[in-house]
Amino acid sequence: MSSENLDIAYVAKLARIALTDEEVERFGTQLGDLLGHVATLADLDLDSIPATAQVVESRNVVREDCERDSLDREKVLAGAPQRQGAFIRVPRIIGQA
Amino acid sequence: MATIAKSAAEIARAVNARECSAREMIDATMDRIAAVEPQVGAFLSVLERQARESADALDARIAAGERFPLAGVPLAVKDNLALDGTVTTCGSKMLERWVAPYTATAVRSMLAAGAIPVGKANMDEFAMGSSCENSALGVTRNPYDLHRVPGGSSGGSAASVAAHEAAIALGSDTGGSIREPAAFCNLVGFKPTYGRISRYGLIAFASSLDQIGPLTRSVEDAALAYDAMAGFDPMDATSVDRSVEPTAGTLREDLHGLRIGVVKQFDTHKLGADIDDVYDRALHDLEALGAEIVEVELPTADYGLATYYLIAPAECSSNLARFDGVRYGLRVDGVDVAEMNERTRAAGFGPEVKRRILIGTYALSSGYYDAYYVRAQKARTLVARDFAKAFEKCDLIAAPATSSPAFRFQSKSDPYSMYLMDYYTIPMSLAGLPALSVPCGWVTPEGGERPMPLGLQLTAPLFAERPLLAAAHAYERATMHAAKHGTEVVEVAR
Repeated sequence: MSSENLDIAYVAKLARIALTDEEVERFGTQLGDLLGHVATLADLDLDSIPATAQVVESRNVVREDCERDSLDREKVLAGAPQRQGAFIRVPRIIGQA
Repeated sequence: MATIAKSAAEIARAVNARECSAREMIDATMDRIAAVEPQVGAFLSVLERQARESADALDARIAAGERFPLAGVPLAVKDNLALDGTVTTCGSKMLERWVAPYTATAVRSMLAAGAIPVGKANMDEFAMGSSCENSALGVTRNPYDLHRVPGGSSGGSAASVAAHEAAIALGSDTGGSIREPAAFCNLVGFKPTYGRISRYGLIAFASSLDQIGPLTRSVEDAALAYDAMAGFDPMDATSVDRSVEPTAGTLREDLHGLRIGVVKQFDTHKLGADIDDVYDRALHDLEALGAEIVEVELPTADYGLATYYLIAPAECSSNLARFDGVRYGLRVDGVDVAEMNERTRAAGFGPEVKRRILIGTYALSSGYYDAYYVRAQKARTLVARDFAKAFEKCDLIAAPATSSPAFRFQSKSDPYSMYLMDYYTIPMSLAGLPALSVPCGWVTPEGGERPMPLGLQLTAPLFAERPLLAAAHAYERATMHAAKHGTEVVEVAR
């Protein structure tokens, strides 16, 4: 559990957050520090321990596949940054010149 | 006459008995908010018009013969809970102007019980923080010392109830975000079992940990709010389909026959003599009420923080991926979609949210997933097993809620020192257990001028909310610590 490979610029790319040079440096130090703290988990013998994703009884949850009320379209569209008629407007993703 | 000093239980009784109207209650609350909000800053928005209209509608129904368990109770709603037609910001620039198109189930349940939302409460951005200082949209101060933080992330919720701007506040708790601000603001803060209250309409932070709960000035009020909100909801696939027993009518006055565990690993000596004395006295008081104090062990307690700061950021990085400039709130344009995403998220998120997304993305990334995320999930199993074993020897566990009283603004500049604030609350969250903080005494911090409250954290096995609230009520009634000191803002007429 070493943190020497923490490449903040690469992780920021994966997370789609543009960082300034100052942020790359500051977050790099702070997250390296945190990874040092979480490295204590290496002390625990966990080989035979199952992972816990959720603590209370869990089961598949299904519902009947039928028509039902949905959120009001106008209200939902009003929360989007850009719209065009009944649609959310997004930058072009196909056929860029 | 409408007296906002009353508890929620007393308000509901008076409104149902038509001794005062819901409208009078809300008018008095709005006067109070106008008077103290410039000092406290608990709310990001005040719902003045809606609250008065709701009160009039409720009064008409009461006049027609209906009765409500929380009739006319002024309610603060943490700003990560959707309330139809209200701006719901999560304390973030990302959602600064986003209007919720529906109402969260928990809020809906409170409305059905007769509570009236008076404002949306400030919070650490996306519920990440322990002081409310991570809000991008406002400063909230602790009513008991305006130079100190109210705690977080439900800091606005706590401050509003402490300053009598609401009788009940809804908060959300992922690693301590209800219990810690409740302890800092002399309140009861209750996180029920994971899955007991629907999270539909709660903007997600860490889905395997998040739970909604109330912050109140008494255990009885917390029980009333819990009774209104607990139960299965088909809209939340993780809500538990299991019968809920009402708690409010089953509160106790003594603790005979109850075994209360004290955790060997939670050594309160290291918190300083004043704080140690408060927790020592709390144990004596529990014993005097008839409880048997037994020592229990949580050998993995010290690993809780490390486990939490992998699991919660991992889930947060996944949940917050939806804020991409397309569907909700902010968009900053770029030459292509990727640049639009990157610029939007750079401008919309504050530093703590960015840190957690980055650490979570790293922990989930190819090559590190097993070493970090899976390892943390396995450690989580050990934490849950420790509690299960401890509860073979006791019925409840007593522990500090926090390692100190409320601290001064900007005194925890290093992120890890802020994370340590949740040392005592995180293990219970990892295990999904119901836990609450109840006022247990006062200390005057070094360099401080005013006595500040501390909280005793009581924890119960999964789904044992009823004995938990019953015991907390007995302790509260016997000690009455909350009433011993007042706030720094103008006191309410009693």
